[in-house]
Formats: sequence, C-alpha cells, structure tokens
Amino acid sequence: MSKVKQIPFYRDERYLSAAAQVVSGLLVVALLWWLGVNFVRAAEARNLSLSFGFLDRPAGFPISDPAIPYTTNDSFGYAFLVGVLNTLRVAVAGVVAATVLGTMVALARLSSNWLLSKIALAFIEFHRNIPLLVLLFIWYFTVFRELPAVGESIVLPGPIYLNQRGVYFTWPRLIETGWVFAAGLVLGILASIALWNILRARRELTGKKTYFVEVSIAALFVFPLVGWILSGGEPFRFDVPSLQGFNIRGGLRLTPEFAGLFVALVTYTAAFIAEVVRSGIQAVDRGQLEAARALGLSGFHVMSFVIFPQALRVIIPPMISQYLNLTKNTSLALAIGYQELFSVGKIAINQAGRAVPVFLMVMAVYLMISLITALVLNLYNRRIQFVTR
Amino acid sequence: MSKKHYFSFATLVLFSLILAACAPAGGATEAPADTGAEPPAATSADTGADTGEVAPQVAAQGEILQRVLDRGTLVCGVHTELPGFGYLDEAGNNLGFDIDLCRAVAAAVLGDPTATEFVPITAADRGPVLQTAEVDLVPRNMTWTAKRDAEWGNFTIVMFYDGQGFMVRADSGIQSLEDMNGAAICVTSGTTTESNLANVFADAGLEYEAVIFEETGVVYSTYDEGRCDVATSDKSQLAAVRTGLANPDDHVILDVTISKEPLTPAVPHGDDTWFDTVKIVMYALINAEELGVTQANVEEMKSSENGAIRTLLGAGDDWGYTQLGLDADALARAIAAVGNYGEIYNRYMGPDGLSFTLPRALNELWSNGGLIYAPPVR
Repeated sequence: MSKVKQIPFYRDERYLSAAAQVVSGLLVVALLWWLGVNFVRAAEARNLSLSFGFLDRPAGFPISDPAIPYTTNDSFGYAFLVGVLNTLRVAVAGVVAATVLGTMVALARLSSNWLLSKIALAFIEFHRNIPLLVLLFIWYFTVFRELPAVGESIVLPGPIYLNQRGVYFTWPRLIETGWVFAAGLVLGILASIALWNILRARRELTGKKTYFVEVSIAALFVFPLVGWILSGGEPFRFDVPSLQGFNIRGGLRLTPEFAGLFVALVTYTAAFIAEVVRSGIQAVDRGQLEAARALGLSGFHVMSFVIFPQALRVIIPPMISQYLNLTKNTSLALAIGYQELFSVGKIAINQAGRAVPVFLMVMAVYLMISLITALVLNLYNRRIQFVTR
Repeated sequence: MSKKHYFSFATLVLFSLILAACAPAGGATEAPADTGAEPPAATSADTGADTGEVAPQVAAQGEILQRVLDRGTLVCGVHTELPGFGYLDEAGNNLGFDIDLCRAVAAAVLGDPTATEFVPITAADRGPVLQTAEVDLVPRNMTWTAKRDAEWGNFTIVMFYDGQGFMVRADSGIQSLEDMNGAAICVTSGTTTESNLANVFADAGLEYEAVIFEETGVVYSTYDEGRCDVATSDKSQLAAVRTGLANPDDHVILDVTISKEPLTPAVPHGDDTWFDTVKIVMYALINAEELGVTQANVEEMKSSENGAIRTLLGAGDDWGYTQLGLDADALARAIAAVGNYGEIYNRYMGPDGLSFTLPRALNELWSNGGLIYAPPVR
C-alpha cells in the first residue's frame, strides 16, 4: 500500500491562512467583548445609569425651530427624533446646495475667462483655509444676527424679507385638494424617467424611432395637468410674507440660526466639492476632449456626453466623503443655537441625567446616517465605473 | 454586494450589538452581558431601569470629612463666569458668594480659608460630580429640587432664594407674562430655567419662540443684539448680566417671578458627618449675622455676655464639635475668614457690592422679613 506523501496540515498554506483568520477574528471579538464589559463595569462603579427607560418620559424642554410639531409634553424619544430630523433637514438641503454651488464654482474655475476663474479661485482658497467654526461664527454672529430689526427689514424682490428674526420667502402652499396635483407631479416625473429609459432601450435594440424625448416630455406635463384639473384648478397658493404689526407673517421662514448654519456649511463644503469636480474633469484625458471636438459636438454636448460621464468616476468617491463631512459638521450648530441631534442630545443628557445612553444613541445615529449615505453612493459609484471584462 | 458593503453592514450590526449589550432596556433584568461572565456586578444598573434611580451611596460614613483632613485641601466644584456668585478677578483668583461659602467650610474644617481647590464645572457637570463624589462640596449656583436631592446628593441649606424672571427692553411695552405671547425668548440650555419656561407658557396657553444656546454669554449677547424680545434666567443672574449690556438703562427686569430657585450648596450622598459639618458652618454664618457677630468683632465677641454667641464662637458650651471631631473655634474661624451671611452678601451684591446691586428681598434675615433662617446654636 503506497502512501501518497501529503503536506501536513500545519504546513499547508491554506490551513495556516484560514487559522490566522479565525484567530485574529477571535482576538477582535475578545477585544470588543473586553471593552464592552469594562465599559459597563466602569459605568456601574460611577453610578451612571445605562438604562433607556427614560425615553418614554416627557422631555419637558423646548426645542427651537423643530422640523415636526413638538411640545414639551412629548417624550425624550420624540425629542430625539426631532433632533435627528433637524439634522437631516439641514444636511440634505446642504448637500444639494453645496453640490450645485460647488459644480458651478468648479466650472468657473476652469473657465477661460480670467476674471471668473480668479474669483472662483479666491472663493475656494478663502473657504478651504478657514476653519468651519470660524465661518459659522462669521455668518451667524456678524451677518444673520446683525440684520436690521423687523420694522426695518431688507426687502428683496419676491418678496423676500431679511431681518434679525430670519429670512422670509414667498412660498407655494398646497390647498386642501392640492395633494392631487402634487401626486400628479411626482407621477409625471417618475413616468417620464421610466418612459425615457424603456423607449430609448427599445430604440437601441431595434433601431426603430420611438420618439422617447417627445414622449417623456409629454408625460412630464400631462400627469401634473390632470392633477391640476382634478384638484379644482388652483392646487396651491403663494404664501406671501408681509409685515403685520411687529412681526412678519406668512411665507417660508428660515430662522437666523438655520440660515447661518446652512450658508456656512454650503460655502465651506462647496469649496471642497469644487476642487473635487475640477480634479475629476481634469483627470479626463485631453484626447477625449479633442476627439469630441473633432467629431463636431457642441460645447454642451462635449461636456455632458463625453467629459462628465468619465469625470464622474473620479469624482464620486471623494464626493462621498464631502457629503459625510457636511452631515457630521452639522453638529457644530451647537455653537450657534440651531438645535440638531447633538444639541438636543446634550440637553437630554442634562434633563434626564443619562449621559452614556444618550451619547450611544447620538453616535449610533451619526454612524447610521453616514453608512447609509456611503452605501447608496457606493452602489451608484459601482454602476458608473468602467465595466472591465 | 461588494466586500466593502459587507464591511459597512458588519460594522452596523456590531455597533447595534454593543448597544444592545450595554443597555438592559425596558427594565429587563438580564445581565448586561448575558453569558454570565460577570455575575455579581450585573444587577445594580438594572434595578433603576424604569422607576428612576435608586440613590446610590457613594461615600461611606465619615469618608469625605476624613479625606478632606488627610488631603489638607477642600475641593469645591464652582462657577467661574457668573458675577456675584462665582467668577475670577483680574489676577485669576476665584471670588464670589459661592466661593466664600467654600472658604468658610475650609476655614472651619482645616483652619485655613485658602486651603481650597476650585474645580470649574458646567451646569451639566453638577449632577455627575456629586454622584461620583469627585468633589467634596458643590456651591455652584444650584437650584435645590426634590429630584436632584434624590438623584444627585445631599442639599445642605438654602443660602440664596432666587426666582426665574424676565428681562425685556424698556421700550418693548412688555409688562406681564401675557404680553410675551409670540415673543422670541433667549434661554440657556440644560437649566431648570429652560423647563420652567416651557411649563409656565404651556400652562398659560401662550406661545413663544425658544432661542436656545449653551453658552451663557451668547444668550445675552444675542438678546442684546435684538434677536430675542426677552431673556430669561434667575433674577440674580439677570441683574448681574444687565450691568454688562451695552445700555443697561434700556433694559428692565420684570416683577414677574415664575419659579422658586432656592440656590443651595450640596455634598455627595453617604457621609452624614460631612453633610452635618457643612450645614453647621452655613448655620453659623446666618446665626452670626443675627447675633451681630462680624468678621471684625469675632475675637471680642468670644467674651460676650450672650451665651448663644459664646457657644457659637467655641467659648462656651459644645456646639457639636466633639461629635464631629472639629476644633471648638472652627465656626469662629469661618466667620473670621469670610464674615457673616450679610457681609458676604453685601460684599458682592450690596449697595457697594463688587459685582452688582441686588436688594436682599427674600434673602433678608427672617427677623427682617426675609426667609434666611438658621436653627439655633444649641
């Protein structure tokens, strides 16, 4: 009986590497376990309560400018939710505005117009080299808080009122049956995107003319129009702010705290986004631009069909970190009295006396917001990358 | 899904596991970590889960007094930015009403009013430093409430009767609570002030816009700029702040008082001897004023014909020093160091006070129509 000479398992690289994985995995778990137990023990030794039972109790403290209706009789849990929504409100609006502004600044920076390019450069360097907290203080303490009193409001066309109690915009508000129109609008947008994709795919497959541009534009208008008619002809009304007595009534109001935070976050992040976009565009091989021009494409077509799709692949990953930074930076609002997640959390710690549970909740929420944002953008990033075969 | 996403998810899951492990939520009675690795430590955090805390005993009988004597210094948690109560002079020395209370205790127990260590703490720190007995005494502009008494520590006696009030611009026409309907109100976060404001306005059916800051300084500068119609806090604080505004005379403090704010020094739970010692020093300051003992006449008063005075100053019967293990003239030293209650008050808030002028009102002696009252010496 001949014995095949085998490598013993303790010298087999496959076994060894698997074993190393298992051992290091166990070590990590053990470390986390030790940290957790140590943490609980330390908290107990200091009489710090770790229970979450307080979440059902009435919060009893006011929150300025809540995103959803809030009274002091609502629970700590609900107050926390208000904080989360206040964070999301400024983060989402900030991300959208910073992306638009950042892209515009990047295009200005790359423009062949000398003045425009230098202005963009100055904007970028100014904002990139000043700490965000300082910008926040500049915008809040020296701009929004120093606006004139209500009686002497600055009135911009619109009308938009600017005073030390906030910024008031004219804003469309849906009437009672207005939701029909709103639904039509949403349906129209969805239908137009769907039709565009389906009909365009069919044309690419069959080569037949499917009029996808015309059909989807029509869909974009038909649905809202039907909604408009169904809702009784006037689905929304413009809520115009006006000076009544000592206060501005009506319109959409942004508090000075929100406005200060928003403007500071947007300008600061836009400067970084501008650099990300510029580097993305410049990363596209110059030959692509020259080839596109040689084909006779217009400037707009060169940008939107050749340069930008390729630049996006470079832009998206650093863009994700800018979005995450903006979201996390909202916590600096503490300094200027905009009550987002962290401010609400800090007040809850004081009123409920539960430092550890509240901090864990705050960390968990930031972590989840960040991970979800990263996940969504990473999936998008995967879709637009080169498919290499 | 790529590896990266698995990693994100794994982190999420792991984090929630840690959260779950640390939190025996909803009154569950299982151990924080359910494999039973730590059997004896498991239960104490759970018992307080839903009903509020069972006040823990952090210091043993006599432990704090002993550690103060061993250390040779008294550690007080104090304010460093509140004129009148606890602030710093140009040289960086702590001074104020609350600081003098700390010095009085140091003089009584250690014989030296400067044998003190001042730890600056924020409003939010007051509970934790008491619960963990990190400091010996907290004279820091702190309102005594039943809840805090149960959860934080032992509150000695009320040394300053304050109440929450409102400051408005003189030309605003606001005179009562009802006039403030719809007003923007500046307030400091994390204080009883904040919740009092909410309760009173809700009860009266009034609306307001809360403008909330963590930094006391920002609250008042923002009010001063006109962002708020009203600033609210304890009346003593409003009086202190008003003197620092751009034009003090343009602002008035309304007569409305919406809360009771009995400012009281507190000690950690557990050491009765220490609790008694601090209380007796506080009583002594009040009794000294009532009996006419001042910083200047302590020595000659020791031979007073009044028996109560002699007892107070350690030249007569035992006022309890044997039991507490202190010197007979401990209280006399305290009075010699900082003066009697009235002298302390006037030093900072009297007509020629260092900080501002605030009529004594409720803080007059009971014999003058106020609420300041101490048990007799014997």
